[in-house]
Amino acid sequence: MTVNAVERLNERYVLLRLTDDKPLPEMLPGQFVEVRVDGSSTTFLRRPISINFVDRERNELWLLVAMVGDGTRRLAELKMGEKLNCVLPLGRGFSLPKSPQQRFLLVGGGVGVAPLLELGRVMGEMGCEPTFLLGAKTEADLLEIDEFKKYGRVCVTTEDGSAGERGFVTDHSLLRNEHFDQICCCGPLPMMKAVAAFANRVGTPCEASLENVMACGVGACLCCVEKTVRGNLCVCTEGPVFDTKELNWNLNRT
Amino acid sequence: MADLRVNIGRLSLKNPVLTASGTFGYGLEFQDFVPLEGIGGIIVKGTTLHPREGNDYPRMAETASGMLNCVGLQNKGVDYFCEQIYPQLKDIDTNFIVNVSGSTLEDYAECAARIDALEKIPAIELNISCPNVKQGGMAFGTSCEGAASVVKAVRERYKKTLIVKLSPNVTDIAEIARACEAEGADSVSLINTLMGMAIDIEKRRPVLSIATGGLSGPAVKPVALRMVWQVAKAVKIPVVGLGGIMTAEDAIEFFMAGATAIEIGTANFIDPTTTIKIRDGINDWLDRHGCQSIQEIIGNIEH
Repeated sequence: MTVNAVERLNERYVLLRLTDDKPLPEMLPGQFVEVRVDGSSTTFLRRPISINFVDRERNELWLLVAMVGDGTRRLAELKMGEKLNCVLPLGRGFSLPKSPQQRFLLVGGGVGVAPLLELGRVMGEMGCEPTFLLGAKTEADLLEIDEFKKYGRVCVTTEDGSAGERGFVTDHSLLRNEHFDQICCCGPLPMMKAVAAFANRVGTPCEASLENVMACGVGACLCCVEKTVRGNLCVCTEGPVFDTKELNWNLNRT
Repeated sequence: MADLRVNIGRLSLKNPVLTASGTFGYGLEFQDFVPLEGIGGIIVKGTTLHPREGNDYPRMAETASGMLNCVGLQNKGVDYFCEQIYPQLKDIDTNFIVNVSGSTLEDYAECAARIDALEKIPAIELNISCPNVKQGGMAFGTSCEGAASVVKAVRERYKKTLIVKLSPNVTDIAEIARACEAEGADSVSLINTLMGMAIDIEKRRPVLSIATGGLSGPAVKPVALRMVWQVAKAVKIPVVGLGGIMTAEDAIEFFMAGATAIEIGTANFIDPTTTIKIRDGINDWLDRHGCQSIQEIIGNIEH
């Protein structure tokens, strides 16, 4: 693919906007891309990055990248017009609403908010408006809030209280006051476990997107497995989205 | 167009490019990326007599020019392969070779015997890097006696082409190869992964769930190449070379070191079309150098 633009969102996050000479393939929210990092002697394998947004009119794919290591820092150095080798789309995405009336809550933390934007956009095409519950450590780490607002109501938490309600996403008053038909979450593992425990308590179906370390990305090497009620399953093909009831998470906690 | 055909025992390959066990699944996982009929042979992932869950996550750590893995032979067992997977493979026009592992001689032999019954599977690759649970967990393949005992037990129950995959974690791989040849192996393939580890310095513990794992990728190529060269001089049976092959030029090095065929493993993770690219690259190299057939370069270096 070709780089259309590289936007530095803040010191830790960068948005890559990619295009291709052919039309982008069919993709589902929750799927991911395996990106090859060239020019970094310390990285070898591709990096799996969620599909953040698809703009069919401009034939553009967005990848939201957190710069956590050599590979992701190298991606931030890409220039407009450069090529980026990608294998896509991979994995099983989020469940979609069965009717426009279904109330979906999309919960994200940190860079985990990425796939939820595409999920919101696709739901919009189906006549559905989800609620987004997005959390970060501090206001500066909240990502793409203006984009999310185009697709639904946005509720925010920050750990230091600099924006929205203070605390974790599971502390937000929304969860005490409203009921939802389905919860989809993506973010740090402790956040997803807390959201899943909450969902279990109130009897709401919940899906989580896992981020296990991957090698092949296509279900051949068995490195990225997650223990589930169905045995060890590859996060790259059976996931990354899983029904939280299938995972080995102890959901019966207060 | 050069002649790329090679023979491993009674097995005729249309080209010398195979895929390494554990890196290509059952081949079906890569169907969207490459035409499977274009590959000389697909060695499917390690199969054991009984189903195995494998090791806990994390099973992988990236390294410079490579990766460590400790998957632990997760598979649904030989019966599942025979009943559920084999029917999906048998009509695809390439050679499917089953990689067989075991923890006891009886397990190896029985697993091999069940695969012997599958008409369209022309060969097995024996993974002797498994720990022998009856002998304190030492890998069969780390001694001549251990290696010979597995090959002998399997040879009695398996009648088709038998390739033995050697472990590099030994003092003298050539003598292990000779022991396998003496017991009737049709070929030896090398190398399996090199034992290594990685430590997470913030968590102050090993990255891998079982602390150590197998290193693969370009990092191991010089070791693999040296071992192929040593083994090819020590045995008469054909040698299959693998270990860090990423390009056609890498493959050519292995043929010149004495390999009759090569396996592509970790490279598939970087580029899922690598197998076909390497096959075509080998052909181009031979054409450019005026070679009519791959046979002209096998074992052909001045030394």
